[in-house]
This record gives sequence, C-alpha cells and structure tokens, in this order.
Amino acid sequence: MRETPSTIELRIRRQDGPDTPPYWETFVLPHAPDHNVVSVLMALREHPLTHDGRRVDPVCWDHNCMEEVCGSCAMLINGVPRPACSALIDQLEQPIVLEPLPKFPVVRDLLVDRSAIDAGLRKVHAWIEIDGAWDTHEPPPRIAPQQWAADYLYSRCMSCGCCMAACPQFGAGADFVGPAPLAQVRLMNAHPTGRHDKTERLHAIMAEGGLSDCGNAQNCVRVCPKAIPLTTAIGELGRQTTIQALKDLFGSS
Amino acid sequence: MSAPGAIVVGGGLGGLWASLRLAEAGFPVRLFSLFEVKRSHSVCAQGGINAVLDTKGERDSIEQHILDTIKGGEYLANQPPIKSLCEQAPGLIGTFARMGVTFSRTPEGGLDLRLFGGVKHRRTCFAGASTGQQLLYGVDQQVRRLESLGRVEKFEWWEFLSLLIDADGRCRGILAMDLRSLEVRAFPAETVVLASGGFGQLYAPKTTTSTNSTGAAASRVYQQGAWFANGEFFQFHPTAMLGHDKTRLMSEAARGEGGRVWVPRTPGDRRDPTRIPERERFYFLEEFFPAYGNTVARDEASRAIWRVTRELGLGIGGGDRVYLDLTHLDRRFVATRLGAILEIYRKFAGSDPLDTPMEIFPAAHYGMGGLWVDFERDADGGMRPGSARNHATNIPGLYACGECDYAYHGANRLGANSLLSASFSGRVAGEAAANYLRGLDPARPALAETVIEAERRRQETINQRLLGADGEENPYTLHQALGALMTERVGVVRDNAGLEQALDELDRLEARLARIGLGEANRWANQTLIFTRQLADMIVLAKAVTASALARDECRGAHHKPDFELPIPEGSFPGDPEFEDYRARWRENNTRWLKTTLAEYAAPRPRIHYQAVDLSVCPPSEPRDYR
Repeated sequence: MRETPSTIELRIRRQDGPDTPPYWETFVLPHAPDHNVVSVLMALREHPLTHDGRRVDPVCWDHNCMEEVCGSCAMLINGVPRPACSALIDQLEQPIVLEPLPKFPVVRDLLVDRSAIDAGLRKVHAWIEIDGAWDTHEPPPRIAPQQWAADYLYSRCMSCGCCMAACPQFGAGADFVGPAPLAQVRLMNAHPTGRHDKTERLHAIMAEGGLSDCGNAQNCVRVCPKAIPLTTAIGELGRQTTIQALKDLFGSS
Repeated sequence: MSAPGAIVVGGGLGGLWASLRLAEAGFPVRLFSLFEVKRSHSVCAQGGINAVLDTKGERDSIEQHILDTIKGGEYLANQPPIKSLCEQAPGLIGTFARMGVTFSRTPEGGLDLRLFGGVKHRRTCFAGASTGQQLLYGVDQQVRRLESLGRVEKFEWWEFLSLLIDADGRCRGILAMDLRSLEVRAFPAETVVLASGGFGQLYAPKTTTSTNSTGAAASRVYQQGAWFANGEFFQFHPTAMLGHDKTRLMSEAARGEGGRVWVPRTPGDRRDPTRIPERERFYFLEEFFPAYGNTVARDEASRAIWRVTRELGLGIGGGDRVYLDLTHLDRRFVATRLGAILEIYRKFAGSDPLDTPMEIFPAAHYGMGGLWVDFERDADGGMRPGSARNHATNIPGLYACGECDYAYHGANRLGANSLLSASFSGRVAGEAAANYLRGLDPARPALAETVIEAERRRQETINQRLLGADGEENPYTLHQALGALMTERVGVVRDNAGLEQALDELDRLEARLARIGLGEANRWANQTLIFTRQLADMIVLAKAVTASALARDECRGAHHKPDFELPIPEGSFPGDPEFEDYRARWRENNTRWLKTTLAEYAAPRPRIHYQAVDLSVCPPSEPRDYR
C-alpha cells in the first residue's frame, strides 16, 4: 500500500472562456481521508490559492449527484476520462492532473459543452415511438428476463461522454456520432415496439458519420464507468446494418 | 393569436411529465433546466416505484396502498390526491413500460415486484438498482422525440430567477439567466409549471441529495407570494455513508440482513474497530429497542443515533459517526444479498465493508413539505381529472409538481412513493396547466413591457452588485454554516429554544451574506455568483422551514419535538383505561394539530397560518401502534 501523503497536489488545466488560451495552475491542499476529486475541488473553491500563494478565480467544473449516476462530473483525471466523484484521491498518483473532457468544446476550466451527445441521440432517433403518454389500459409488452439483462446494460448510459472523449474518431472536424448514441440504437432496436422503427434508426447510422466511421480502437469500452459493452453493441449493429443494406438493395422491407 | 405558450422549470421526472402532457395537448413548451435534463436528481432514486399490480398472488389492493400512504404520512396529507395517485399508479407504470423503461422482469416476462419498507405486499416495480434513472430516461427520450418535432424547446444551462406577474396577480412568464453569459432574459408565457425538486442542500453536507437540490427556485416563488406548506417535515435517512461532499445512502437492507449498529463504549476511542472487543462495544439499537433491535423503523433509528452521538458524546472519535457492521456475517451471504451496497461503499469510501465496519450517520433525504398546491375533489372522492385547480399554487397560472410541492406524503413518506408522486404529479400538473390555458380569455391584454423591464432591471442589478462585492465572507463557507445549523437545530430532533436560536442565527447568516466577497470578476460562467444567488434564497427558505417547525408543538412523522411527545402507555392496549385515556389525548392533539402549515413570506420572519386537511377518504380513528 502506498504511503499516505500529507498533502494533495493538483495540476489543473484552466481556460477562462471558449476562445482564450489554456494555462496550467498548481494547487496544494491538506490531505484528508475520504476525499474524491469533486470534494477536493469543493475545498479548493473556498480558498482558491495556487501553490505559490496567488489568489485566483475558483475552478469551474460540473457536478450534481456525486454517486456516479448523473454523468455530470466527467473529466480527464491523470489522462483518463472518468467521473470525478468516484475518483478517490488516495487511489490516484500525485500530482493529480485534471483536464477538461477532451473532444468537447471547453466552456470554462473543466466545464465542457456536451450537447453533441444530445444531438447524436436525436440524429439516431433514440426513443420509442409511442402514441402518447397516456394509459392504454393494455398490459405492457412482455420482455424475457434474459433479454432484459442484456438491454439493461445499455439503459444505464448516463451520457457522461467518457467513451466519446476516448474515441479517436469522435471530435471537432469529424462527423462521427460516437459510441454512446450507437449503443442506444442497439437498445431501442431490441424493444418489442422500438423494433418497428428499426429501419429508420439503421438508416440514420448507415449515413455519413454513422457506424462505418468507427475505427474499432475499442477505447470506449475500456473507459466506460458503467462497464457498458459498447463494442458488443457496435458489433451487433454491424450485423443489423449489413442485413438492412441487403434489404435496401433487394427492396424487401 | 398563436397558441399560448407554457414554461416548465426543471427537467426531472415531474418537469418532463408536465412537458409531455402540455405538448401533447398542443401547447408549445419551453423547458428550463440548470443542466442537461437527464442529470436531474430523479436519477438517484434506486429502490423502485409503488403500484398495486397484484401479480404475486398476495391479494394486494389499491385501497391498501391508499391506506398505507395516508397512515405513513400520519394523516397530514389531503386524501383525495392520494386516492387518485394510488388508483392511477398501475396505468402510469404501463405507460413507462411502453416508453421502453427497462423494468426488471419475472420469468414470464411480466413486470417484477419487490417488497419495500413499511408495507406487507410486494408492490414495488423496479429496474435493477437504478429505477429513478431508468424512469427519467424513459420520459427524457419522449421529450426528445417531441423536441425533434418542434413541440418542446429546451433551455438547458438556464436558471429560473423569478416570475413575471401582471397587474392582476397572474403569473405571465419567467425571468431566467443564461448560466454561461449571465444574460438575464424575460420569457413571457401564459402558464409556468415549477418542477424544481427538493431542498436537501439546506442540510449540506449531511444530505443524500444532489448539489443542485438547493430549493432556490421554490424559495424564489415563495418570496413572490406562493405559500410554502409543511416545511417542517423532512425525512432523515438513518444510514448514510459520510463524505466531505455529501452523504450517500446505504439501503435499509444492510440492517435487514443482519447488520449491527454500534459505537465504542469509551468516548473518543480511536482504536481500529476490528480490535475493539465485544464487551467494549455499545450496540445501542439492540439495547434501546429490545423487540426490534437493529431493524427498528427509520425515524427511531435516526433519533437513537442522534442521541448517542450528540447527547451521550459517544460518536466515533467524538464526531458524527457510528458503525454499521457487517463483518460478523457470512461473507458469501453478504456478497449475494447486499452486492449493490458493497459496491457503492467500496467505490466511494475505498474500503470493504466485509473487512471493516462502515461509518454512517443520519442524512437529510427527502422534503415532504413544499409549495402549497390545490386540488378539486371529484364525486368519487379522488382528484377531478383535468381540473385546472389541480396542482395550482395560490399564484394564478403557476403550477408546482414533484418534490417541490407538498401534496402526497404528509408528515412522512413511504419508500418507493417518491418516484410515483413525482411522475404522477408532473402528469397531473401538465394536464391542469393545459386546461388553464384553454380557459384563458382570448382578449386578455399582453403583459406590460414595464413589468418585464422592471423585473429584468431588478435581477440585473443583483448581478452587478455581486460582481462588485468585495467583502470578507465566502459563500461556500456560509453554506457550510447553514448546513451545520440546520442539521443541529432543525434536524432529527427539535426543541423550541433551539429553533428560536436557529431563526436568530439565520438572520445573522443573512447579514454575513450581505458582506460577501465574490473573489472573481469574470462574468463568463461565474459559478460563484450563481451559487451566491442560490444561497441567499436557501437562507430565506430555511427560515420558512424553521419557523414552521417552531410553530408546531407536537410529534408527528418526521417532525420530532420530545417536549410534546405523546407516548403509548407501556403494557396497555385498546380497552384498557390507560390506553383509552391515551386515545383521548391523541384525539385532542389531532384536533389541535392535524392541519397543514402554511408559511407566507414576510420579512424578517415568515407568517405562519394553517389550513384544514381533507380527511374524506379515511378519517383517523386509531393511533399508530407498531408494537
């Protein structure tokens, strides 16, 4: 076991706004047990002094549930995209290097704009077409527990963006929709009602910026904090799109 | 004139349901949220959502769900809304399932049910250990569908600041702030549905709620005249793991499966817990409650932990923590039965509960109180479907739903009823607001530009003042002082002297907040400014909560004032003279206190008054008796 240090040293990549150059600052805080990256940043904002005693603006970052279920606090921690709330200080090499989640435009400091995920979900029609949010007085569709177990893995995606940050194909200047929205296509296409609109979703990901842009680097599945089998989903979608392409070619539906 | 527009503030379960129903009714919806809506606090609810499906051969009934909810809340909630809530729960679950929510399944592929605290039947639908997240995603996807059709427009990263109120006192839109540019902009609309969530951050860091659950939005409309009801009723969960940032819920299952709660008998004992011999451990729940031991009810457990740490000074290391010990149990058994708990604890504490006892303390979990909302009683005794009065606040045109309203849980909430009330109330509020819009006079005058401009200028002035604030106080330090004060004085156990002191202390906190130093002048995404604004409103709300608690001289549900306790005489049962004497005193107490607290904003202290509770479904006849 590593010896517990008496301080916590943070190196943070900062940026005052979307169009200003980034710069680095170092902070040293007293060590306390049970700290995670969010709780240290909370302690820091009360006394935002650099290691050489300069008072600076508090660091901006995003956080909400702090139980690794809302996806807000993802950032690059020692080079790895991950939620900050579950990054325990005593399990990290020091100095701890914090950077904004790459591939997404920086708003300020560690705060990024992840609206690309939402746009991707809209592009692939990541929803079930229902008649309306009212009671139809019919029993809901049955789903075998085996299928549930497979589907549930994908429904836990919290749009944190870690998989997108790690993906070499996703980012500024590229059209690729990214792993998270693709996995939702896998989920929706499996649902008894969602299946009705399978063709539409498959066509969406057979277009530019879709499935074929995946370079199979497999980074996404390695960084997903919820262990979602993203590459399995992408593999399944590969088969679905191949069949769809044949159907399109031969005109059967 | 085009269709009048609606605004929904908040994108958790309540806000998304309201948005869906308003958009489906044909009205354009603008949805405001502090962050991407799918990050809302609804995702934190793990356990499940109650609905009587009666698919387990247990003869469960909707009547029983209604009774459990009424009695769990110690009769403090109006009963017609509860009746409708429970009756419509199964249909709501079916709708969620159609949306694609991944409910856990039976071997036959139907919806599985589990047993939850305080009830005798399996009645709780669940989706793995992340039910709230799954339900929220279901409605999030439907809202995204409507967004792609242009029927809902999202304003994420915008904060609600205030209502626009016309000369007749009607709500005619909102003022909101872009959380990046800090631009303050008016959004006129004909109705507003507030679904801004709870206010657990008043107790930070000893709360299980998300950091955005500040209650600031509810406080803002309260300051504009909306009534805040039953603020003194806040549920404390006895077993939350401690953290600097927040406390995380450890399910009751840990005690249910044999976990033991203890502290060292010697105050300040700093030995490793595994080295403290059995005879030097104080298993206080087992000593205080011989019949129930460690599985005693939530509120009793919270109060016992409070007593041991705060009154007897026996907390671990002299602090606010006690052990919840699983190390004596069979490792394989614990791993199978409590896998989810073990995972959370290992992930966030970095130690293994199988090797070393967990450290826990009660945490502020759920506010039963909130904005007062109306309902219209139907001939069948429930809430009249579609009535524009349902979930309407006392400000015409303003609706409230979800945890920010007060409607369903009375003095205490049953487990797995919160996801139900959030969803149901959102649906009802959306339908009610749609009917309010249908009933508007087409010839109504537009909101005066002067009203909009005056409100915009007022809010912009606050920003300018804060940007130039260079006092010595830090808002984050003040937030900790607020959390410590509320935990100490307005928490698990209350007394009137302490509550009086708390009100004075809140005045002092307000004075300190006026001497704030922002510490940054960068206007762009200035989180300190945003938080300081919220903190000011949190202190105002804390006063409403504290004043409501001070005014209520009784013990009911989560509100516990030992000076006014009415214990059941030991060893006496219905029919015994002592018990009947007790029953008479219980009735007398109900005559005096079975009423809704209404806090009305006034400076420096809120005005408190009361309203009768609608007991038309099941009037109280028997005292709660868990013996």
